[in-house]
Amino acid sequence: MTDYKTVFGSLEDYAKGGVHIVDDDPKYYAFSNIFEVASQAAPYEKIAVGKNLEYVLEAIRAEGTSEWRATPHDEFALVMDGTVRIELCDPAAELVDASAGGSVTLDEEPKGNSMGTVTAQRGHMTMLPAGKAYRMHCDGVGVVLLQTIEGPDTVYRWSDICQTF
Amino acid sequence: MTITDEAPNQLGYRQFRVGGFTFSRDEYFVTVEWPTGNHQMPVDHWLRCTQRDVAWGFFYGIVNFDSVIGTMNHYGTVDMFAGRFNEAYRRAEVDYNETFGHEELLECFKAMLSDWTNEGYDPFAAPLETGTAFGPSSGSNDEAVTRRRVVADRMVSVPGDEPLRSDDSGFPVNRAFADVDQGEPVIDAAPGYEDEVCSFNLFAYLSRSDVTWNPSVVSACKESLYCPTTEEFTLPVIHGNDRVEWFVQLSDEIQWDVEDRDTGSKRARVIMRAGDVAAMPADIRHTGYSPKRSMLLVWENGSPRIPEMIAKGEAPVHPVDF
Repeated sequence: MTDYKTVFGSLEDYAKGGVHIVDDDPKYYAFSNIFEVASQAAPYEKIAVGKNLEYVLEAIRAEGTSEWRATPHDEFALVMDGTVRIELCDPAAELVDASAGGSVTLDEEPKGNSMGTVTAQRGHMTMLPAGKAYRMHCDGVGVVLLQTIEGPDTVYRWSDICQTF
Repeated sequence: MTITDEAPNQLGYRQFRVGGFTFSRDEYFVTVEWPTGNHQMPVDHWLRCTQRDVAWGFFYGIVNFDSVIGTMNHYGTVDMFAGRFNEAYRRAEVDYNETFGHEELLECFKAMLSDWTNEGYDPFAAPLETGTAFGPSSGSNDEAVTRRRVVADRMVSVPGDEPLRSDDSGFPVNRAFADVDQGEPVIDAAPGYEDEVCSFNLFAYLSRSDVTWNPSVVSACKESLYCPTTEEFTLPVIHGNDRVEWFVQLSDEIQWDVEDRDTGSKRARVIMRAGDVAAMPADIRHTGYSPKRSMLLVWENGSPRIPEMIAKGEAPVHPVDF
């Protein structure tokens, strides 16, 4: 029986592919690599690597402890590298307009009930529930891919992260 | 739909007719006939294509079975065509297009899949993991061709939503993912919050998928849908986009051939490895090759606004401007 080796990427070990153009513009493919983007990011910077109308995919370098954030809708955090601890809080009062898109930074730890924690490793996907607050912590350096909506802290850096020739 | 009243052919297969199209099969091939022409393709390829078209409800945009035959979704009605996106067929004026109600064509394809799929053959499976599609009629495999598609409301594993996969539920780890860590995240939920503190091992979940090239929804951020899938061998169809589609390669490697959606002329090859993100423009068609079973995250925007935007020419053709 064949022994297959499944290849996942990490900050330390990834092999980026690319667009081989025949008759097109490589910018039309917005080709990037999550690990490359995170390797050049500040901790918890939310860098868009995908955008479809108002929806975005954000690559996040998890390092140390993030700020608290409040989300008006469900978000989903997929750990792509490292071990990330996610702390969830049910705030005593509404912290973000429920009709808004994307999460917002909180200036301080929210008042409310602790909902618990999730300790997630590579491949683990965690729901960040609508109307709640969360923060992340990583002892080393990790990478999170966030499924969310464009928000005030979404960073666009397409020219820097995408293949252009 | 009209299914011919004729008895099954000498191999035991029925013939099907919908509108001006007639479909028949023999031991190796499917023959499609329409008022201005005819076409053949290997039956294993035909079954893999019709299986995806049925499972996806004709998907977004165009599902080309090959360079001649395919379907185009108008989200309520669907076109079946021959040679519509083939320059030579159009020039010779032997191309043909007919519009059907969604359910009418779907029922025809379902009936074909049921009648033409033999026992032991699974159109969703990788070729190394299933029996043969060829030969005379021999039993059926309705359990395989009528699989329920996973569509999570919020996220797989959330109480009341789509469940995890396990040995006990009939989803053993695939042979090509035997090395994928099966450990689950550590969840420490405060009392009363057990239904909202939710997390699962997506990679383990995918390692237990029993189908290939069949995206299913594992999480939904409003209309933003994570539709991961496991891929092995080739995407049987050539998918013609009507909107921008995004891919995130979660493991291993897929190579994509990208062509102009309407003419089929080559535009690019896209090599995607673990961690790569790429968009497919709205005016291309593509097919993929995965030499080793891989995990691909297909990221879709399921907004009901998009068909109207497409009809008005307002949907973006390219993913981002920079």
